[in-house]
Amino acid sequence: MPTDVERWKSEVYGNEIREHLFEFAEEGWDSIPEDERDAWFERFKWWGLYHQRNGQESYFMLRIGTPNGRLDPGQLRVVGEVAKEYATGPGTNPIFGDAYADITTRQAIQLHWIKLEDVPELFEKLEANGLTAQQACGDSWRNIVGNPMAGNDAEEIIDAWPVIKELNETFKGDDDHSNLPRKWKVSVAGSADGSGQGDINDLALEPAYKEIDGERTVGFNVRVGGGLARNEPRHARDIDVWVAPEDAAAVAGGLSALFRDHGDRENRYNARIKFLVDEWGTEKVREVLQEDYVDFELETAGEDVRDQYTYNAGGDGRNDLVGIHKQKDGKNFVGLNVLVGRMGADDVLELADLAEKYGSGAARLTQRQNIIIPDVPDEKLDEFLAEDLLEHYSPDPSPFMRGSVACTGTEFCSLSIVETKNRQVRFARWLKENVELPEGIDQFHIHLSGCTASCAQPQIADVSLRGMKTRKNGDPVEALDIGLGGGLGEEPQFARWVTQRVPVDEVPGAIKNLLASFEELREGDETFRDFIQRHDDDELADLVEPEETSYEDPMMHNTKRTWYPYAEEDSLDAGPAPTNADGTPITSDD
Amino acid sequence: MSVSLRVLDDGAWVSVNDSRQVSVSELWRLDAPEFCSCTVPDFVVENFQSVGVDGRTITATVYGQCIQCGETGVPGWIPVGRLKNGEYVDLDRENVVLPAHGGNGN
Ligand code: HEM
Ligand code: SF4
Ligand SMILES: [Zn+2]
Repeated sequence: MPTDVERWKSEVYGNEIREHLFEFAEEGWDSIPEDERDAWFERFKWWGLYHQRNGQESYFMLRIGTPNGRLDPGQLRVVGEVAKEYATGPGTNPIFGDAYADITTRQAIQLHWIKLEDVPELFEKLEANGLTAQQACGDSWRNIVGNPMAGNDAEEIIDAWPVIKELNETFKGDDDHSNLPRKWKVSVAGSADGSGQGDINDLALEPAYKEIDGERTVGFNVRVGGGLARNEPRHARDIDVWVAPEDAAAVAGGLSALFRDHGDRENRYNARIKFLVDEWGTEKVREVLQEDYVDFELETAGEDVRDQYTYNAGGDGRNDLVGIHKQKDGKNFVGLNVLVGRMGADDVLELADLAEKYGSGAARLTQRQNIIIPDVPDEKLDEFLAEDLLEHYSPDPSPFMRGSVACTGTEFCSLSIVETKNRQVRFARWLKENVELPEGIDQFHIHLSGCTASCAQPQIADVSLRGMKTRKNGDPVEALDIGLGGGLGEEPQFARWVTQRVPVDEVPGAIKNLLASFEELREGDETFRDFIQRHDDDELADLVEPEETSYEDPMMHNTKRTWYPYAEEDSLDAGPAPTNADGTPITSDD
Repeated sequence: MSVSLRVLDDGAWVSVNDSRQVSVSELWRLDAPEFCSCTVPDFVVENFQSVGVDGRTITATVYGQCIQCGETGVPGWIPVGRLKNGEYVDLDRENVVLPAHGGNGN
């Protein structure tokens, strides 16, 4: 039996949702018939709108897909302007204020507290500036990720941007690929550093060499079926295909069509292509692709450069794109740390000014939730680095600030179990003040996800934190599972979950104790990841030692049982939602 | 009288008559001797899988874990609410012990 979601999708889906969306916006929140809300909320995702959690009815999260995290000159300012104008709601975040933008782990932008009634105007402004929320959520091609400096990264062996651009233009809005069994996440990268993070995507194109007609040619190896969600993490698997840049769209489109036709539409938990690859094996995926979905002979895989991957790998070399790096054209790109990916709207606007003053006005978003200002010439570098704003968004931050990634959590997300972004900020600040990393360790990644959906990619961090509950002195409190030793690189590994359900206020102490043990037991200059690798789970559990410290957590209670965790009066029914266009509560008439 | 029952947002919600009623992240006490070795499992709701109705009782199957012993899985059909004159009424899920049934809730 098809699921409700499949039934709704078969009625109205894809581009046509837009007219309905605009009609509802015109007539107001109340005009969506109550018995159709679930269906419409599901469909709105295709246009980037995700209804926020209970207590926040009538407010939406809006995701803007920026392919490869690329913001052309002027677009960062537009992001700041729309955040300031539309992303304010009844709740004020004690750390980030009233209006802010989130940089996501898939190089997109998220705004919150969006009113349905503002959507047409908001879309018009975005679209007039070359931005869109189309297919940012929903069962279709999502925002394509990669190395955001594609085309100008001195470490790249092939410019992936023309391919990303072609895929984006071909498959956004293409009715043949707009209704897939589930989301379809694609990574295309041409740098040898692994910054595309292809291993955790449904489809990965990774740089590789192949001898074609006697010539060593650069193109891409194809991997399929990666993803992190639901306690079922998978690395993308090698299907033994190399593709030339000019054929990338044919192969990628073939694979998304294969997924469209063969993915499981009966059970959404089993729908991602990772499960189809489990079931079929890589040889069958290749065979079916060849026989039914492409009309030329596929090449076998070429020689990859995975042995050079450093991104998120926990060893030497570029683990992220923070800091000052050379471009191909001799200018510099400056990666700035955005703690947990969140920037106040005024800061976004100020950074847009700086991007124009010192660079080209362009900006780039990374999969570690950071922002890059490219095109800064040598002679302007010192002056740029001396700007006050860069004290906060630093190119050379504390490793604990730099390594922090956090998802949305109970602030807005319905699946969440714990508060995340603000908590990770508190963790990072406390660790920075209270913990020293051992000699020579200047990178340390801590990722916090509010549930097993794994939006913060916890399984690929040194320390992985995942939302849970426990009881402390008999009372239910927010807790975190602690995993260790995850990372990408040539041989990616998922974290091992060694300690479960640590009350949140004991987590910083646990990390401190773990790092002390690392320092004490470390062999030579081994990396943290290698250190974890050579211990078994029981040994590691002993090294974690949760402990209360001077860290205090003001959000131990059930933050999901609030309309907004940081409100003075926070009970579920104390919030104003649902509200009409100007934020006035709508009183129900029954 | 028909009742519309659904799991929404990939397991985040149980929806009853087009209204989101039961959410993940709650902590339930269960009478579920087969689920784990605890006398009264202390169960975190992580993911709804299906929803059914048994007479007037709305029941759900849900993935989660016992926070006393760490056992994970789906403990059977668990009552989450009741229908009274066609209206949905919550059970006080966080304060009473909920009986899990092995069978189908329909
Ligand atoms: C309905 C259930 C949801 C599931 C199953 C889900 C799952 C995921 C997964 C698996 C990722 C990416 C991790 C990877 O790289 O594989 C992701 C990304 C993300 N999710 Fe969710 N998520 C859900 C709902 C939400 C909601 C409600 C929000 C916020 C209101 C949210 C916010 C994010 C963010 C910020 C990202 C980063 C990536 C992006 O740009 O797409 N998610 N989600
Ligand atoms: S990991 Fe869970 S809590 Fe965090 S944003 Fe994703 S779905 Fe929400
Ligand atoms: Zn138990």
